[in-house]
Amino acid sequence: MYRNRVVTLMLLVSAAAMAQGAPAGDARLAAIENSVKSAQSAGDNAWMLVSSALVLMMTGPGLALFYGGLVRKKNVLGTMMQSFVLMAVVTVLWAVVGYSLAFAEGSPFVGGFRYAFLDGVGAAPNADYAPTIPHQTFMIYQLMFAIITPALISGAFAERMKFSAMLLFMVLWSLIVYFPMAHMVWGKGGLLNAFSGGKVACFDFAGGTVVHITSGVSALVCALYLGRRKGYPSEMMKPHNLVLSFIGACLLWVGWFGFNAGSALASSPLATSAFVATHFAAASATLGWMLAEWLRSGKPSVLGAVSGCVAGLVAITPASGFVKPLPALAIGFAAGICCYFMVTKVKSIFRYDDSLDAFGVHGAGGTLGALLTGVFATSVVNDALRDSAGRPLPLGLVDGNGSQVLSQMAGIGIAWALGIVGTLAILKICDLTLGVRVEPEHETEGLDLSMHGEEAYNLEG
Amino acid sequence: MKKVEAIVQPFKFEEVRDALKAIGVDGITVTDVRGHGRQKGHKEVYRGQEYQVDLLPKVKLELVIADARLDEVVRTLTRAARTGKIGDGKVFVYDVMDAVRIRNDDRGESAL
Repeated sequence: MYRNRVVTLMLLVSAAAMAQGAPAGDARLAAIENSVKSAQSAGDNAWMLVSSALVLMMTGPGLALFYGGLVRKKNVLGTMMQSFVLMAVVTVLWAVVGYSLAFAEGSPFVGGFRYAFLDGVGAAPNADYAPTIPHQTFMIYQLMFAIITPALISGAFAERMKFSAMLLFMVLWSLIVYFPMAHMVWGKGGLLNAFSGGKVACFDFAGGTVVHITSGVSALVCALYLGRRKGYPSEMMKPHNLVLSFIGACLLWVGWFGFNAGSALASSPLATSAFVATHFAAASATLGWMLAEWLRSGKPSVLGAVSGCVAGLVAITPASGFVKPLPALAIGFAAGICCYFMVTKVKSIFRYDDSLDAFGVHGAGGTLGALLTGVFATSVVNDALRDSAGRPLPLGLVDGNGSQVLSQMAGIGIAWALGIVGTLAILKICDLTLGVRVEPEHETEGLDLSMHGEEAYNLEG
Repeated sequence: MKKVEAIVQPFKFEEVRDALKAIGVDGITVTDVRGHGRQKGHKEVYRGQEYQVDLLPKVKLELVIADARLDEVVRTLTRAARTGKIGDGKVFVYDVMDAVRIRNDDRGESAL
């Protein structure tokens, strides 16, 4: 009985299917395509949300701890606050106008207002940037970069900048330096965007020019404009807690996987490649700095090792999605040694007080990395650039495209110029309105008490 | 009565205290202090920035004893605190006018 019924049902179904014919096949195909698409989107979106969180973790607590440990104990809260408050300020700015100025279509130099107030930034992917993840994911991921970049600068004016002036400075700096630079390198139609018809094809996978050169160079300008800390360099200004700095640096190393591998904007083989390159560069840079210090001053310090690690991560940032693992080792090692000499030799020759070496590590490491990207970039790793016939174009010097080094120099030059001019102008504005430097007695007292009315360590209380 | 004030290396402190306990010195006051004598400090380097650290951590012991025990106590103390190297510290001895036990107003050596 039962069996007969089943057979009858099957006959009926197949008859119905035949009656519908080809359109039913198309519908099924479309359904399958859709589910494949949403499966890929689910994978990519998961990785990009994790990456976004990792990059935020680089600012707080990563950078806050790293910098906080390096200052004197009377300034540790003030220094951490400079990183933390940017997590709030830049986020609001990003929602209002920042994302739009960086990533909406506009001129080659800065984006337009199409995405102001995040208008039109929703679940549907933006095919210009990341076709497999919600536009909103791309937006929040890029925000994390906009937060950490100005936070890096705070290392140069540590222990002596007024909190109010710092806030104004950071808002103006985001508007005048960061958003335009991000648009030029990564925005659709940007001047330096190699993948979107930019006039100067500059390769910057995760922010060598956009993040590290702009912040590092601006840091140097800040250090020179504000002048040295009271008592520098004769007075003792030892880092007050290197354990904090150590933890911060380790968090930066881990967070950087989100920064660089996440810049593939998908959970793809390219993300793996960037992940590997990032890790290898951090390792060899640690050894590079450590060896240089060991040979020159007799002891391999912990601060030296973790500083070397950060220098390597900085240098590999622009190259991470373009280079193979062994060149990554070379880039890291070179950065470790180069940045060691920047902070120990060059700084003492010119006697500027880049208090926490934002320029020596990010400016110098970023410049070196951007340059070496032009040398080691290869289409074996990244074949996104293709000719009209669909063949991958050669990328860097190792691919036989020596002129890429010149394009990299152009990108570096623009980042330096924008950093210097923009920062000088902004500092002038802040100085005339609020005054950039704290009162001498406040500097002696420390930022924690004078700016925030608190002390970090009340161990006897 | 004599007051003995000794400044010793921190890592020698436990040995000194044990030695004093062994000869029956019960009362002692201890402070963590910083200072230097003829001993030179050490150099610290942070990212190439060199600092000469002159004020080194030391431990200061203060004890008040009966006159008769002075030699024994000082000898015990120096023997326990000595490494033979620069930086071992110093012992200072002072006369004490009087001593009062707060609990019951005992005075003099019986207050120790």
